[in-house]
Amino acid sequence: MIENALPDDPAPKPLKRTPLDAWHRRLGARMVGFAGYAMPVQYDLTGDLAARCRGGVMAEHLHCRSLAALFDVSHMGQAMLTGATAAAALERLVPGDMLGLKPGRQRYSLFTNEAGGILDDLMVANLGNDRLFIVVNASRKDDDFTHLSANPSAGVQLAVIEDRALLALQGPAAAAVMGRLAPDAAALPFLGVGAIDIGDIPCLVSRSGYTGEDGFEISVPADRAEAFADRLLAEQEVAPAGLGARDSLRLEAGLCLYGNDIDELTSPVEAGLTWVIGKRRRVAWDFPGAAVIRDQLEAGTYTRLRVGIRPAGRAPARALADIVADDGTEAGVITSGGFSPTLNAPIAMGYVRRNLATDGTSLSVMVRGKPLPAVVAPLPFVPHRYVR
Amino acid sequence: MPSKSADKRYTKEHEWVSLDGDIVTVGITDHAQEQLGDVVFVELPELSRQVVAGEACAVVESVKAASDIFAPLTGKVVETNSEIIDDPALVNSDAEGEGWFFRLEIDDTAAFEALLDEDAYNEYLETLD
Repeated sequence: MIENALPDDPAPKPLKRTPLDAWHRRLGARMVGFAGYAMPVQYDLTGDLAARCRGGVMAEHLHCRSLAALFDVSHMGQAMLTGATAAAALERLVPGDMLGLKPGRQRYSLFTNEAGGILDDLMVANLGNDRLFIVVNASRKDDDFTHLSANPSAGVQLAVIEDRALLALQGPAAAAVMGRLAPDAAALPFLGVGAIDIGDIPCLVSRSGYTGEDGFEISVPADRAEAFADRLLAEQEVAPAGLGARDSLRLEAGLCLYGNDIDELTSPVEAGLTWVIGKRRRVAWDFPGAAVIRDQLEAGTYTRLRVGIRPAGRAPARALADIVADDGTEAGVITSGGFSPTLNAPIAMGYVRRNLATDGTSLSVMVRGKPLPAVVAPLPFVPHRYVR
Repeated sequence: MPSKSADKRYTKEHEWVSLDGDIVTVGITDHAQEQLGDVVFVELPELSRQVVAGEACAVVESVKAASDIFAPLTGKVVETNSEIIDDPALVNSDAEGEGWFFRLEIDDTAAFEALLDEDAYNEYLETLD
């Protein structure tokens, strides 16, 4: 495990700060260390904002599902890959079809290693004019950028972006809010992307997110981040939300957290992410780990699958809890687990033996030394509501 | 702040303990519920269980994490609060009242007196930030 979803340590001094650090503290954020950054885990809201959302993980989560939540995700790594052969260069490191990614479109992908494991997951956007904008995990960004630099391609430049914040506006009201600020951004289709001025702030906007809701991720110049965040908060539907809600939202949406649900020892096949492998790439098998992954797909040489799990009762089964089959044998392990505010019940994801991966399979999860009945459940736990 | 009471004590594990005869009622402090965040699950000890001071005997889970609740004193579990099993949010809304966890019959009321009083607990809280 690279990191837990929610380290509870109060932020120690040497943590890096996002451009919105002071903004969070003014709003009553509880700051914690996450991937080397001081980040808001939740807010104790006051005044007008408290009337919109009482604050705390549960309320912030539900606010995102009912209206719109604003997240600071500036800890994530942003970079621009530039050059006529940038897509071809990136294809040497990922299994996705990057040559087929049209201008104005964004796609989820994975950096894979030669063993077929996952080095990181990332979003790639084609901004046109031979520019690919990539967003990677905070905990992996240094390694990712080293990995990209270590695989140079003639005429392709990697520029790590350190001077931009990244915000996410997520929820069913996100599009209406965005429409008041920037109709062009609100008109983007799902996984559409564009360089769009919002007010006078030059932004990179994509219609994407990590909550299962409709929404946007917006890259803004660091020195305009506060003004932009305040502009969004001026809209009545919007309330700030921290990493706590971000984690429970993505778990309900069945989305993987790198370091928990996927890592260098899990393959895209085991993780149920084979859809990221482009059709052309499945003919050429020319990406890192292709031989292993091809073998898994064609000969079935893998033993476990990522599944959703619903424990009975109310006790959450958290990451690293063992999963036991009904015959008493080891079945696997929970990789993410918590409480679903939407379902008012515990939910989890984990890996189980393939013969136990069918929805409805009953098994047990070990919580505080005791087996707790649970059942394999379809993902996502809460239906996605992306615009189509 | 809870009202000051001579019959109420606190622990550094952020539990409150109130004494009535030889029965103590145990819960988590308002400070603790605030730190935990939204409580979603509580596990309570079995009735008649003998517990030793410092022994983990209940669990409180918030959206963020699981935390052990320790027996503040040695004794026997004589009552548990089923209300917080059905409605864990009571622990947030009334931590030092309706959100109590369990009651112990204790032999040694001197041990109760030796726990932190309200002033000592508040002083302890101030050292934490």
